[in-house]
Amino acid sequence: MGHVLEIRQLSVEFPSRRGVLKALDEVSFSIKAGEVVGVVGESGAGKSLTGAAIIGLLEPPGRVSGGEIWLEGQRIDQLPDDQMRLLRGRKIGAIFQDPLTSLNPLYTVGQQLIETITTHLSLSNSQAKTRAIELLEATGIPAARERIDHYPHQFSGGMRQRVVIALALAAEPKLIVADEPTTALDVSIQAQIIELLKRLCREHGTAVMLITHDMGVIAETANRVVVMYAGRVVEVGTVRDVIERPQHPYTAGLMGSIPTIKRVVERLVQIDGSMPRLNAIPSGCAFHPRCEHVMPICRRERPELMARGATQAACWLTAKEGTDG
Amino acid sequence: MANDVTPLVEVKDAARWFDVSAPWLERVLSGKPRIMLRAVDGVSFTINRGETLALVGESGCGKSTVARLLVGLYPLTRGEINIDGQPIQTLKGPQGTQLRRRLQMIFQDPFASLNPRWRVGRIIAEPLRAHTQMTKPEQQQRVDELLLQVGLDPADKQRYPHQFSGGQRQRISIARALAVRPEFLVCDEPTSALDVSVQAQVLNIMKDLQRDLGLTYLFISHNLAVVHHVADRVGVMYLGRIVEIAQRAELFERPRHPYTKMLLSAIPDMDGQGASRTPVAGEVPNPLNPPSGCTFHPRCPIVRERCKEVAPLLSDDGGTQVACHAVSERWTP
Repeated sequence: MGHVLEIRQLSVEFPSRRGVLKALDEVSFSIKAGEVVGVVGESGAGKSLTGAAIIGLLEPPGRVSGGEIWLEGQRIDQLPDDQMRLLRGRKIGAIFQDPLTSLNPLYTVGQQLIETITTHLSLSNSQAKTRAIELLEATGIPAARERIDHYPHQFSGGMRQRVVIALALAAEPKLIVADEPTTALDVSIQAQIIELLKRLCREHGTAVMLITHDMGVIAETANRVVVMYAGRVVEVGTVRDVIERPQHPYTAGLMGSIPTIKRVVERLVQIDGSMPRLNAIPSGCAFHPRCEHVMPICRRERPELMARGATQAACWLTAKEGTDG
Repeated sequence: MANDVTPLVEVKDAARWFDVSAPWLERVLSGKPRIMLRAVDGVSFTINRGETLALVGESGCGKSTVARLLVGLYPLTRGEINIDGQPIQTLKGPQGTQLRRRLQMIFQDPFASLNPRWRVGRIIAEPLRAHTQMTKPEQQQRVDELLLQVGLDPADKQRYPHQFSGGQRQRISIARALAVRPEFLVCDEPTSALDVSVQAQVLNIMKDLQRDLGLTYLFISHNLAVVHHVADRVGVMYLGRIVEIAQRAELFERPRHPYTKMLLSAIPDMDGQGASRTPVAGEVPNPLNPPSGCTFHPRCPIVRERCKEVAPLLSDDGGTQVACHAVSERWTP
């Protein structure tokens, strides 16, 4: 089974006056065609940075310092800017959190869609317009034929996010990187957008990397989950496994800290402390100061991803239980 | 909890309209009418001592405006609010000092609600300076106590807000709100800017403090799961009105208003992986030009002619207050 996206040992660093800060540290995962992979973690875990590295939009001075990114068998982390620009939009679509800042307020929605379409596909203007209307209809915008001449400010938040999705899909990309696509939206609108993303992914076989801190959205949408902590992948597994049988203590804490309407609990599970800063990543396992199962080895040696069943977790507990059982 | 049964907070038909008309001259010249945005339009509820009432709703439903009305940040356009029998209008005058001490507010954004130029010690001591006759050393001792109470270190008072993470900052806000031993805390989306694990820390602290100090909370949130965790009673707001208000268990197990049902079905479900939600059709209408009759009727799945003409009033249905013709007239679907 071919992978649409494959990330191998990706590292991203930020040189600063006080030395080099490693923001991503040997991150590896892959996404198949038609698969939705959720990337979760707290703020500062490196989720969005991973997305930015894939679409080649790392903010300087950030740079890829190691590892490889492969898109459909083509290595893309070393491409020159002009080739990368052609790839963005054509093969990789991006959806960001805030739909207002993703659209140009000075152009109508139609102009922006047509520009994107004609840049990437060899279509005439009138063909491009027809396609733009189809896209708007596919994303559930009513009266697309009239609304195509409206400006972004004339749309509501949910409708704007649909326009952004239409833009991302314009050239039928193989991969969509969606960075918190529903965070700025109300829950009733959120449900509509998630449903739309799932349907489009199913119909077009697009691979989706869904970056969010909302486990509920992941549970509904994703096939597999990548859990990140302090710039590293700590657990990878299917949605069901990660939610029901989390291996890494961080994942377990994260799951327990989410309030649910299914049960009444007096206290939520809390992970004491907070994510370490980049200039003070603890030795060994970066999670050890907050971990309740900490062992001497955790302070000394860094665990790599180890398989346990279908899940992989970077935790010495997994290794220990693996040999015991 | 105290023995007397009078509620601590009583809100009767409260309304807050904002004048969003064009400037006077333009109105006169081009004959434009006055335009009123009815952010809150006839809201009534009570909160008992030691209880948590949560208000939920989508953006623009007026829940934050209610919070601001309760602490006197906005004047009322209509109706009345009494806190322990004392009208909220008296907050402004000299008699208001005592009442102001008893209610405090926690804001959503822990980055914007703390003065970046003040050390934490001064931020937390500010209400003590304003409301008590404590000497400087007494104030500092109280600040130490408060920091310990919210799980921070007394040494932290020498630091500035930017040296803390979001969750720690929200705890500083809580410490400041608690400084003058208030009875009633108005919390406007206190955890929505925080990560889930940090949110859990803050919600746990808020629950512990309520148990230890007998606090009464009004908790504003758009997150139904958070509301389910903290609230004793829940009010659901839509376009400036309460459409349903009930005990927590009742609301989540037997929602009556179609809007409540819709909101509940829109919550992402952790257990039902890959399950499709029933997406809610449509969006919240423009509050400047709300629909006639029941404002929810354009999105309602069981709408009838009557809903388009007559706005339903809150009426009792087995302990739940609900504003829906279908419920009060027992329409069978």
